Amino acid sequence: MTEKELLSKLKTIITPYVQNQEGLIKLTEDTDFIKDLEINSANLVDVILDVEDEFDIEIDNDAMEKMLTVKASIEVIADKLAAK
Amino acid sequence: MREDIIQQLPYSKPFLFVDEILELSDEQIKGCYTFRNDEYFYEGHFKNNPITPGVILTECMAQIGMACFGIHLLKDTWNVDTMGVAMTSTEMNFYSPVFPGEKVTVVSDKIYFRFSKLKCKVAMYNSGGDIVAKGIVAGVAFKKEA
Repeated sequence: MTEKELLSKLKTIITPYVQNQEGLIKLTEDTDFIKDLEINSANLVDVILDVEDEFDIEIDNDAMEKMLTVKASIEVIADKLAAK
Repeated sequence: MREDIIQQLPYSKPFLFVDEILELSDEQIKGCYTFRNDEYFYEGHFKNNPITPGVILTECMAQIGMACFGIHLLKDTWNVDTMGVAMTSTEMNFYSPVFPGEKVTVVSDKIYFRFSKLKCKVAMYNSGGDIVAKGIVAGVAFKKEA
């Protein structure tokens, strides 16, 4: 899976939880889920669970704590996919 | 059963809506509460026509179905002095009114418990076994700022 495909899938996953739609339009690697997209921390858990289902991977506590930006999430997902 | 869990709840009168835990496993909790005739909110809800507010029914469902259940699932991690709970989402439908003095039973089934977040399907029944309310609630447990 290319990084572009990965980003596109991630964007689809986060969309229902985003409160700041403008942040979604301007989405970049540096986008912060909480600050830029106004996803609350409880919904961040839903994002993680949806990521697990979509990519068939398991996210542990350490990985979850890292996944606060688009870039960090893509890195975690790519690492987990590579380790499969 | 499990009086210890009720002791560990972060609520007190007049905002404690749990009398007893009836059944408990890692998948489901069942508990009950009897609304006293003199609950403080009956004075204004409604004028001369006391009916339990929907938000209070939701709170009762959250206290039994999320807080009690969550304390059980967190096991030794839970500490009422250093940790807090917060409701993070609700989606509720209401079917029957609950009047002063009525006993309700809450059943909550775990959807998931991950990263200190508990999401459940909850239902409330009256003493006749009729459905009072049904929906989804979610909440988190967290360390309080020192």
